[in-house]
Amino acid sequence: MSPILLQVIVGGLLLGAVYALFSSGLTLIWGMMNVVNFAHGDFVMLAMYVAFWTWAIIGGGPLLFTPLAAFALAVLGVVVYFGVVKPVMGGPMLAQMLGTFGLALFLRYSAFWAFTANFRTLPEDMIPGSFVVGGVRFEAAKVVAGIVALLLTIGLHLLLTKTRLGSRMLAVSEDRQAAMLMGIRPDRMQAIAWALAAGATGVAGALIATFFYVSPTVGETLAVIAFVVVSLGGFGSVPGALVAGLLIGVIESLSAFWIGAVYKDVLVYALFLVVLWVRPQGLFGKL
Amino acid sequence: MRKFAMAVTTALVMAGAGQVLAQGTVKIGAIYPLSGNAASAGQSSKAAIEMAVDIVNQDLLDLGDLAMAKGAGLTNMKGAKVEVVFADNQGTPAAGQSQALRLITEEKVAAIVGAYQSGITLTASAVAERYGIPFLTPESVATNLTERGFKWFFRATPITSDLAAAYIDFLKERRAAGKKIDSIAIVNENTEYGSSIAESLRKAFGANGFNVTMEIPYSANTSDVQPQVLQLKDKNPDLVIFVTYTSDAILYAKAMRSLNYRPTMMLADNAGFNDPAFVEQVGNLVEGVINRSAFAPGNPGTIPHRINEMFKAKTGRDLDDPSARAMMGMLVMCDAINRAGGTEPAKIQAALKATDLKVNQILTGYRGVKFDEKGQNILAFTLITQMHDGKYVPVWPAGQASAPVKDYVGWR
Repeated sequence: MSPILLQVIVGGLLLGAVYALFSSGLTLIWGMMNVVNFAHGDFVMLAMYVAFWTWAIIGGGPLLFTPLAAFALAVLGVVVYFGVVKPVMGGPMLAQMLGTFGLALFLRYSAFWAFTANFRTLPEDMIPGSFVVGGVRFEAAKVVAGIVALLLTIGLHLLLTKTRLGSRMLAVSEDRQAAMLMGIRPDRMQAIAWALAAGATGVAGALIATFFYVSPTVGETLAVIAFVVVSLGGFGSVPGALVAGLLIGVIESLSAFWIGAVYKDVLVYALFLVVLWVRPQGLFGKL
Repeated sequence: MRKFAMAVTTALVMAGAGQVLAQGTVKIGAIYPLSGNAASAGQSSKAAIEMAVDIVNQDLLDLGDLAMAKGAGLTNMKGAKVEVVFADNQGTPAAGQSQALRLITEEKVAAIVGAYQSGITLTASAVAERYGIPFLTPESVATNLTERGFKWFFRATPITSDLAAAYIDFLKERRAAGKKIDSIAIVNENTEYGSSIAESLRKAFGANGFNVTMEIPYSANTSDVQPQVLQLKDKNPDLVIFVTYTSDAILYAKAMRSLNYRPTMMLADNAGFNDPAFVEQVGNLVEGVINRSAFAPGNPGTIPHRINEMFKAKTGRDLDDPSARAMMGMLVMCDAINRAGGTEPAKIQAALKATDLKVNQILTGYRGVKFDEKGQNILAFTLITQMHDGKYVPVWPAGQASAPVKDYVGWR
């Protein structure tokens, strides 16, 4: 295999890991509460701004701004749960969808107002350098993002399947009434789910900011992919998001390199439709 | 009671004053990408257009012969003030279309300027044509815009064929200077703007002994451009030409660095690579990139220099090329309305057709403004610039160059 082709595949895998990274929060919310968070992309955007401003104002690096973004977004997640999601949960399906959609627009245009439309970037050496293995170049910032994606996926999966907290959260998502009879407080569990999902999104946004541009509309660009990743992987499945993210990343890169950049989305969405046709619940989803 | 009476009187007087003012204003619509992926460029154009309105409405004495600078307001219309109504095209042709409709039917504007992206100018100007309202694009370059047989459409900027001609003359000089330019790759975003430029360049280059060996169209609204950069790295053409908007331009600059790819010669066609946000954030990654510009601030004492100082005082940054062309376009429109002496669309249309601005009356590097029967400015012209220490400086033609051409460096 030629080094340049290997480079394309490695680039696709790293890109896919990034896709998985910012999709995990979306799939978690769905898995816990059957709510599609249309504001997810804008959560990522806000986390990117937390990273940018932390650097711009106090000169903090990723070790400072990643936890900070996770914390800020977790708080936002709880606020959004009690302020937007909980009130509309009892309403019709459409109200739930439009609730988070409205939130998305509110966050996006608030960002325009507060941060202006200017594109911003963190300096190139935030997570410095790149290294070459076997003629293939690995960009450190993306390698870090990829590793964190993997750890985050494993962590969230273990939390949901192996801990008492996870069992309680799953219980609430399965049968709210029965969970209440068991002495579980559904509000608390769901608020925790939002905090976790938004916090994970915060980590994702902060790390993506180290190699991507930041602008109020960046969430729009990323959110579309997140929705594809989540439905391809299986709604609610965190490992599914990882596999789907990697798959999409590699397909995008290879098709863009071999056939041409304008055709990559055709291939990705064709695959997406085929998978939905054969397995409507997604690769790892349950019906 | 007395207080109440006073308040009522004040309100009445103010309402009256408002009416007088309203009679003395001419509304012009301006459609720009104020949100969406090109928002930073759109906001900069907005600031430039606001400055053009200030130039018209105030009596500025230090701007020499610049069109509309002398006298306050529209001097042929008893000093009527110009009011600009901005509309956000959100970066989509559909929004551009509906905003044009809103400006015409609800805001009742006398004329429209805009809309930055060629693909959006296409749809927005079609609405203006249907309603018979003059539409002037200061910056959209796609050739076909003026090939539609429209009667109400005018364009002040040079078009793709002008740009191609400038590039070819420039590249011929480079070749004569001993640079090898045997293979050329064009990487273009695939809407109206990028496709039109790519097609014009391919044709014009072919006819002049330059071979376009690779074409890479892509969608500007993308999250990843690494495969395109790797395609380039794989074939390593002598010259790479980028036709992009802003967010994708930033991604290219970053990807080229992370994949360690430095083309021998790199040329970017304006838009994305010229966005002040791009220059500010990642300009240091593309040192030596060649670009085009119709605006160069020039030396102290010149009008462009003074305009640049005013823009800097307003926004804190240098006036970029697309925004300079937006400002110029607005002045051209105001000049026409002033000569029309009223806001009837047909009068403005006739005045636009009779436009004849000389080189000393404009702030961009055009040789003047004069429209042909298709509405195209036949005196439009572009300079070639190059990124020198994070700033674009004119390097061609020789008479207007302020620095010699150097080789591509990329990042340090």
